Amino acid sequence: MSELKKWFELPIGCTNIEPGSSLNNITAGWRVFTPVIDEKKCTKCYLCWAFCPENAIKIADDGFPKTDYRYCKGCGICSNECPAKAITMIRQEV
Amino acid sequence: MAQRMALSTNYAIAYAVKNCDVDVIAAYPITPQTTVVERLSEFVANGELDAEYIPVESEHSALSAVIGASAAGARVFTATASQGLALMHEVLFMASGMRLPIVMSIANRTLSMPLNIHNDHQDMMSSRDCGWIQIYISSAQEAHDTVIQAYRLAERLDILLPVCVCYDGYVLSHTYEPVEVRDKQKVLEYTPRVERPHVLDPDKPITMGVMALPNYTYEFKYQVVDALKRVPKALEEVDAEFADKFGVKYGLYEEYMCSDADVIMIALGAIASTARLAIDNLRSKGFRIGLFRPRLYRPIPVELWKSVLRKAKMLAIVDRAIAFGGCGGPLFSDVATMFINDSERPLMINFIAGIGGRDVTVRDLEQMGLMAFKSLEEGLKEQCIYFGVRGVDYGL
Repeated sequence: MSELKKWFELPIGCTNIEPGSSLNNITAGWRVFTPVIDEKKCTKCYLCWAFCPENAIKIADDGFPKTDYRYCKGCGICSNECPAKAITMIRQEV
Repeated sequence: MAQRMALSTNYAIAYAVKNCDVDVIAAYPITPQTTVVERLSEFVANGELDAEYIPVESEHSALSAVIGASAAGARVFTATASQGLALMHEVLFMASGMRLPIVMSIANRTLSMPLNIHNDHQDMMSSRDCGWIQIYISSAQEAHDTVIQAYRLAERLDILLPVCVCYDGYVLSHTYEPVEVRDKQKVLEYTPRVERPHVLDPDKPITMGVMALPNYTYEFKYQVVDALKRVPKALEEVDAEFADKFGVKYGLYEEYMCSDADVIMIALGAIASTARLAIDNLRSKGFRIGLFRPRLYRPIPVELWKSVLRKAKMLAIVDRAIAFGGCGGPLFSDVATMFINDSERPLMINFIAGIGGRDVTVRDLEQMGLMAFKSLEEGLKEQCIYFGVRGVDYGL
């Protein structure tokens, strides 16, 4: 806990003065089920990319969608929306 | 030029707000609103004040709107009373938590039920501990001057907190008195615009009013606790600067004949003005009694109050609000708490009075004073007296 800031080290007024700092907030720990994309079935329709509420799916240079597992919370919306059934939710072992 | 005018306290406040050259006023225009914002809307409509006037749909929205405007760097004002303040309740904490220098005037009135629009302090006392600076005034001139001081205080970079200027509904709000309206140029010299460290600016994006989890919320709340600690000294400085500019000084409290008093009566706002006469009458009959009127009530300058009050044998604390199910009125509880660990302390008796606009007369206050002396001599039979309620007899 020692890395937490003291009250006088924080900007006053519940202000976040560092734009884009939600990138520092790694939310992977929320995830129970992990989406795995089967590129053999993927048709590159990008519905998963469009529906991801966390913007955690990026389109890679090869044209396939890739999940950024640092921010994916495992909600499963991508898997549910995928018309080709190319995304499987797999339970992570802890 | 300064101008002497006959003004109600509402209008005295409106003129002060105008001369502070505010940018945004948001107010709900219907009951329980007062004529403060009515007069301000006239100033905006006739071009005397260049401000954005937002007639919102509720008091919750009124405070929310001025929070937004203040976050963008504007100088803002709103006013309410009674149920309107109650409807603002959750937003009050947001204004202080976001450290916004908002100034709001409250014409203190009771809370329903029964439905009643008259004066007591129930509204403000129910929003007492919300991180706002609270100043209780007792004349139209003091209201006018306190609003000007409030902007200077709220916008100090070592403070940055919202300020409530509290004044008794009707008894003060609708009563006309001669008021010296301060010269606008001098007011603006006294309370110049300051650049705040964090305001909303598209070129320097920040987030205001962030979410915090249990690991940070406490630290943000403590920042408000810390800023409030600096307020008494800051208000003394602001008051001294005001005296230099305008020749009037108010202090953090008013004491009247306290130095040799056996009994000190403590009252906020308008009752304190009436009590002065009661003190004079009791003094002429040989009772050594004094009056203490707190002006700055949140935060309480504890040591300063105690330096005056500890000399008395008995404190007679008059509350114009009920703390249902509590140990006495809110002011009583505060005064009792500040002495709790002292081995030698005055006895304390609490009078609840003036509820729902019930008149508190000079004779009533004399009677309270006499009851305090009787309790001092014969021992305290009753700690909290619901003074004047029909059907209750305390045998005093």
